[in-house]
Amino acid sequence: MSDIKIKITDREGVSHEVDAPTDMNMNLMEVVRSYELAPEGTIGICGGMAMCASCQCYIQSEHQLPEKSDDEEAMLAEAFFVKDNSRLGCQIRITEDLDGLEVELAPEEA
Amino acid sequence: MIKTDILIIGAGPTGLFAVFEAGLLQLKCHLIDALPQPGGQCSEIYPKKPIYDIPGFPEILAGELVDNLMEQIKPFQPGFTLGERAETIEKMEDGSFVVTTNKGTQHQAPVIAIAGGLGSFEPRKPLLDNLAQYEDNGVAYMIKEPEIYRDKKVLIAGGGDSALDWSIFLADVADEVTLVHRRNEFRGALDSVEKVQQLKNEGKINLITPAEVVALHGEDKLERVTVKNTDTSKETDVAVDNFIPLFGLSPKLGPIADWGLEIEKNAIKVDNSLDYQTNIPGIYAIGDVNTYPGKLKLILCGFHEATLMCQSAYQRIHPDKKYVMKYTTVGGVTGFDGSKKEAPKAVVKAID
Repeated sequence: MSDIKIKITDREGVSHEVDAPTDMNMNLMEVVRSYELAPEGTIGICGGMAMCASCQCYIQSEHQLPEKSDDEEAMLAEAFFVKDNSRLGCQIRITEDLDGLEVELAPEEA
Repeated sequence: MIKTDILIIGAGPTGLFAVFEAGLLQLKCHLIDALPQPGGQCSEIYPKKPIYDIPGFPEILAGELVDNLMEQIKPFQPGFTLGERAETIEKMEDGSFVVTTNKGTQHQAPVIAIAGGLGSFEPRKPLLDNLAQYEDNGVAYMIKEPEIYRDKKVLIAGGGDSALDWSIFLADVADEVTLVHRRNEFRGALDSVEKVQQLKNEGKINLITPAEVVALHGEDKLERVTVKNTDTSKETDVAVDNFIPLFGLSPKLGPIADWGLEIEKNAIKVDNSLDYQTNIPGIYAIGDVNTYPGKLKLILCGFHEATLMCQSAYQRIHPDKKYVMKYTTVGGVTGFDGSKKEAPKAVVKAID
């Protein structure tokens, strides 16, 4: 098996169920971009280095996610619209364990 | 008025390399960048991070790449307008363009190359209701003249290097320095963190963590702010003259979006079948700022785009001149500064 299903609610509140490959070394931010669920230039601005918060999302399912790195913790401490279930999409690697993951994209910073 | 052949907007790797390619064609360049130093994202966001896909460099730090590019283009004596953002563009009767920055600096050139990446880096502003009301009346997003904070009560918010460094610096200048951060941990250089700890122990910096500024108050100018402890939700008012949120920078396409260029997906549409020209003849867009079918936002693609753009710019500036591309190995590199680099001549000598 190389694809998992992920449910992504975009910034307009529209829900999308997408297939995400587990064998392409992709992260959640890249999945969102590949399906163009947020306009180019508004997500993944730093390219996935946990150095901006443009890929912030809220995790809505109970999946066990990898711990936040120091970089991610620090970035989320400076981001806006942060909630307890906030994560940076670029730091979440797509693995088979994440099948059925449900996330919502955080609003774009003004 | 600064006059040049190609005015490049954006001094990131693509803009810098364009100076080299233009120089080989004897065209002079001037660069405008909103950041105070050249290098764009490579210098501002990730100078210490490695890049692995620059042809010929198995691994190079982003900051080193910028240093190398600056060295490579040095013979072509590029001009720089740094710390200013290109604001308006005007087409002159002779077909040239005048670009004016937010500080009023004017530049004139027959060719404009927008190499603006994701846009100019603007300070990230906290989400506070009446923030705009206090801008320049107590609220600032960067520190230009530290002296204006002398004997003032200053509150800095943020957890990165700039928040730490300015707290340290202003501890000696201001009457009171308060540093507010949403976490107890700071992500600055270790010695900066230790210095702040020391100044806190000495009572020279008032540290409030984990906390954030949630409201601003004052009649005509800022007088106090409400700071909320993020653990206990307890709110306290702090009397301040100045509030300086230092939450880093984020890129915005900004005024360029209003120049009449065709924009798609937050990028400028160009003709990738030929020369990366935009819908306005004489204005090109190269590097991450442009888009076309199959576009990849890679530095190496920006280098290629810059090279083709310069050939087209040459023809535009010298419509009657004939030219064929010459290899640097054959022609060498002759700088505007009189320097000349060339391949060593082979020795012709008989063997007895």
